[in-house]
Amino acid sequence: MSLELRNVGRTFNDKAAVRNISFTAQPGEIIGLLGTSGCGKSTVLRAISGLDDAYDGRIEFNGKAPGAVRNAIGFIFQEPRLMPWLTVLENVTFGLKGTRAEKESKGKTFLENVGLAGNENAYPKELSGGMAQRAAIARALVTSPEVLLLDEPFSALDAFTKMQLQDLLLDIWKTYQTTIVLVTHDIDEATYLCDRIITLRGQPGEMEREIAINEARPRTRGSGELAEYKKEILDSLDLNQPAAAEK
Amino acid sequence: MEKSVGQLTAVPANERIDEKKTIARRKKRVQPIMLGSILPIVLIAVWEVLSRTGIFPAYQLPAPTAILATINGMFQDGTLFTHVGITTYRVFIGFLIGTVAAMVVGSIVGFYEKAEQLFDPLIQAFRSIPSLAWVPLFILWMGIGEPSKVTMIAVGVFFPVYLNIIGGIAGVDRKLIEVGRMYGLNNLQLIRRVILPAALPSFLTGVRSGLGLGWMFVVAAELMGASSGLGYLLVLGQNTLSPEIILSSIILFAIIGKLTDWILKIIETRTLHWQDGMVKS
Ligand SMILES: Nc1ncnc2c1ncn2[C@@H]1O[C@H](COP(=O)(O)OP(=O)(O)OP(=O)(O)O)[C@@H](O)[C@H]1O
Ligand SMILES: [Mg+2]
Repeated sequence: MSLELRNVGRTFNDKAAVRNISFTAQPGEIIGLLGTSGCGKSTVLRAISGLDDAYDGRIEFNGKAPGAVRNAIGFIFQEPRLMPWLTVLENVTFGLKGTRAEKESKGKTFLENVGLAGNENAYPKELSGGMAQRAAIARALVTSPEVLLLDEPFSALDAFTKMQLQDLLLDIWKTYQTTIVLVTHDIDEATYLCDRIITLRGQPGEMEREIAINEARPRTRGSGELAEYKKEILDSLDLNQPAAAEK
Repeated sequence: MEKSVGQLTAVPANERIDEKKTIARRKKRVQPIMLGSILPIVLIAVWEVLSRTGIFPAYQLPAPTAILATINGMFQDGTLFTHVGITTYRVFIGFLIGTVAAMVVGSIVGFYEKAEQLFDPLIQAFRSIPSLAWVPLFILWMGIGEPSKVTMIAVGVFFPVYLNIIGGIAGVDRKLIEVGRMYGLNNLQLIRRVILPAALPSFLTGVRSGLGLGWMFVVAAELMGASSGLGYLLVLGQNTLSPEIILSSIILFAIIGKLTDWILKIIETRTLHWQDGMVKS
């Protein structure tokens, strides 16, 4: 599904949080939203998801409003947000429709995909942070959403789990050709995953730059090319000034 | 792969460790019970001796064995079951009515803002009246028969359950509700699949404290006028100057009160096994 934002903004209590956000995403494209804290990334993502419909401007999925296509959108929140009273499998199949057997077999497949096979009957309290986040990822993917919105999905994880899950995301993207909007603080993550990176700046947040990453996948973390992109992004966010030289 | 190999080799060792651990754990569980029962046993023994030697006069504080004999006597002639039965029955009916009423009103007030604005101030105002103050009015309205007793108990049970339902619903994590909305649940599905389960722990806490109050109120109700029940035994003991009857009644109250709370606790533990940081007491 394609996604188009035109002059999207959001005002809270007469105070603009973010404004003039415009970009498009082709089906199967991975877009990164990058920016300093408080510049409105989550706000934009919530507007795209349809959870918040008090935004200004237009958001369209294949020409339709977010609310109309909600079933085609998967949202992976920054926290796992699992229902503590459901088992892992029940959590994963939470949004599925159909018979119990169908749901369970589908859920199991996706649990396997995220490397959680054998934990079907565990409760969220029994999971580690990374396991819980993977369960949340499985829950979002099991409905085979055409669009996937991710709000700093890996930020709370250790570097190793983070890399594993990034690669998992790419695997799934490859299989399902999902359109992805990824909010992140992590420039390396953005350059590794995204086709295009949109940087936001200021308060209220506005679009600063749009940087296309023209690198074939699989990409190599820490490669010279990605480092070039990283520098470009840091420049655009003014983080490469002497004051931030240690970066 | 690696993991499963490791698990395989680890099984026998684990079992042995587990066995040791269970013994240690059992010890851990039994020890505090033993430690905690020392003082009561000593006290009861001292009491028995003092009563037998007549230092405590029997018309004021009869010996523990005399109390047991009284309970046993009631058991033999069957009156024990009448009294315990009728009191438990009153608590049960009152508890049921109070809980159901609190569930209905609490859910409506919890879910609909308009209903909250309409009802909650009134209910809060009523709450500040000590429930026992209603007793004379209920007796005036309904006489000293069963209805006034059951109503009193229901009123006592209502408030803790109601307040906990409201609190539980208000405290449901907005983030979980968003997950539900993201999956296109409508309001009714949202209530059933997210809000109710999330509010369950708070509801059960309310039910348990409601039951505790139910037992308190049945005493008051039966003291006011009854021809049977444990509360009636209290009055009887007072009027016939038989402290052993009063103490028997008190002990029976303690036993069935604890028993019913224990049943609820088991239900609570069963239904809330998913909760992190298990149920407290
Ligand atoms: N519900 C709200 N009510 C009022 N102000 C809000 C609300 N949500 C966000 N804001 C404001 O909007 C601005 C952008 O918030 P947002 O959460 O989108 O930032 P962000 O870019 O996601 O930041 P971070 O990287 O720290 O997550 C902030 O100034 C915040 O105070
Ligand atoms: Mg954010």
